[in-house]
Amino acid sequence: MTDVSVSSVGVSYGRTEILSQVSLSVGDGRWMGIIGPNGAGKSTLLRAIVGSVPYRGSITLGDIEIGSEDAKSMGRRIAYVPQRPVYPPGMSVFDFVLLGRTPHLGLLAAEREEDIAIVWDSLQSLSISGFAERDVASLSGGETQRVSLARVLAQQAPVVVLDEATASLDVAAQHEVLELIAQIQHEQGVTIVSAIHDLTAAAQFCDELTLLDRGQVVAMGNPEGVLDEAILASVFEPTIRVIEIEGSRVVVSLRSQGSSHGK
Amino acid sequence: MNAGRPSGLRLPWWWIAGATLLLLVTVIAGAMIGPASISPWGIISSTLSRIPFLNVESSLDTRADDIVWQIRMPRVVLGVLVGSMLSVAGSAYQGVFRNPLADPYLLGAGAGAGLGATLAIAYGPDASGWFIDPLPLAAFIGAIVGVALAYVLGYTVRSGRTAVTLILAGVAVAAFLTALQTFLQQRESDTLREVYGWILGSLTTAGWSEVRLVLPYVVGCSVVLVAFRRLLDVMSVGDSEASTLGLHPSRIRLLLIGFATLGTAAVVAVSGLIGFVGIIVPHTVRLMTSASYRVIVPLSLLIGGSFLVLADIVARTVQSPTEIPIGVVTALVGAPFFAVVLRRSKGIVS
Repeated sequence: MTDVSVSSVGVSYGRTEILSQVSLSVGDGRWMGIIGPNGAGKSTLLRAIVGSVPYRGSITLGDIEIGSEDAKSMGRRIAYVPQRPVYPPGMSVFDFVLLGRTPHLGLLAAEREEDIAIVWDSLQSLSISGFAERDVASLSGGETQRVSLARVLAQQAPVVVLDEATASLDVAAQHEVLELIAQIQHEQGVTIVSAIHDLTAAAQFCDELTLLDRGQVVAMGNPEGVLDEAILASVFEPTIRVIEIEGSRVVVSLRSQGSSHGK
Repeated sequence: MNAGRPSGLRLPWWWIAGATLLLLVTVIAGAMIGPASISPWGIISSTLSRIPFLNVESSLDTRADDIVWQIRMPRVVLGVLVGSMLSVAGSAYQGVFRNPLADPYLLGAGAGAGLGATLAIAYGPDASGWFIDPLPLAAFIGAIVGVALAYVLGYTVRSGRTAVTLILAGVAVAAFLTALQTFLQQRESDTLREVYGWILGSLTTAGWSEVRLVLPYVVGCSVVLVAFRRLLDVMSVGDSEASTLGLHPSRIRLLLIGFATLGTAAVVAVSGLIGFVGIIVPHTVRLMTSASYRVIVPLSLLIGGSFLVLADIVARTVQSPTEIPIGVVTALVGAPFFAVVLRRSKGIVS
């Protein structure tokens, strides 16, 4: 059982409070989307969950408090893809995905045959085994996202935290990557927490949503409840519209007539 | 469905074999070349004759044997140790700082050693009857103190202990110590020539005692740095990702900087500040083989030794009987090479 529970979490950088009193919980095997405007604190919340920033309050995976275990044990429990992952020039795709095995290896140990097999399986399940030897820094946006997801798979952690996995991708590539994440969620039974900008995509893929604004939770629950026109209008802009197409919520922003855009 | 699956073999045996062969050839060449020319077989037979139970007879006469074993071999072996240590330390520095332009002197080891040596030369007592020569000791301590100062300064930066703050702290410490060293050097101008000669680096004073002095440091530190080579690959994704992959980047960085500095301080103490080796050797390896530190670290160790022995051959033969400082040779080769590397490494500097 690896559910994620965040209770009364606050994060400050210096005197600036980025998150305050944030509480949410994600059930085992569920996909929680964190939505909200730029600067709402989405990335900071994710970084707190993976233990990269100090926080007040409590964050638990199952019954284990983040930070109560060493980095290596945490690496086996939680996998993370930051907003802008580093793809070291000259490193092959295979070697990059192999990094995901780090928490499973002794500090100075070399990878075992078993690790190589896991990496290869991860590459194959994301259909990128064809360019295992390519330079990871030379790939396109969609390809690098697949490579990052392959590393997540190789890490075999029950909780996966993704920060804007589909930012800077075109519509088709974005959809493809989100489908892959859903595939990982269902096949591996992992719990996913992801920041996501595209509200329409969030409605289609996430089981639950948390709407953050200025470091606080504004709404939480299933996408139908959170993607409410009045709630979104209060956080984003008054001209936002939620329409329903084939049972799915589509969020659009209309250009306000005769006036300049403003929040 | 395993077609095209990489074997996981990062360092093919033939690269190791090739680099080892190159090292053997340069060692033999280093012992052969000099005013009295000695044949390769002379070197080999004389070496084998010293190994018990082989019963090989040396083809060298006593005088040639003395030239090889009392004069040239200690110098060649010291060259191997110094070149290997600076190169492997350079590769570790480049890895922990994720910066291909890092070298073992980056955090102030060079500037600290220079200041220590200048103090010993300019103000040290006459140590001819001493048990320990104060010059290498002062250089050794200077190097360690320089890096420790940079580390403490970088550590106390409030915005966080990142690789960049550490590099900036190193730049500040190195500039300060170099300024002090230059000031003392100019003030005590009667020792200027000696100080300057030390700073340019040299293997001239090499004897077996110097070899014995640095050997344990070079072996110990190299073993640690080579053992950590896989983790340097993990560190290349940056501190924040490396920590979510289960590492403590700042601890690993401290450990590797510590061992790289200890080894560097030891070799600098006996050879002076030989420049460029620590940058260009790991770079040559990177350009010719792989960007993985699992390849770069061990190959730098082997090729660094060859490079410095070759540079030393040039240093002592080109203007024979006078010698060019070896630091001048490594820089003369190193600077043009560095320009090429800079042009090719576009985008690699992170």
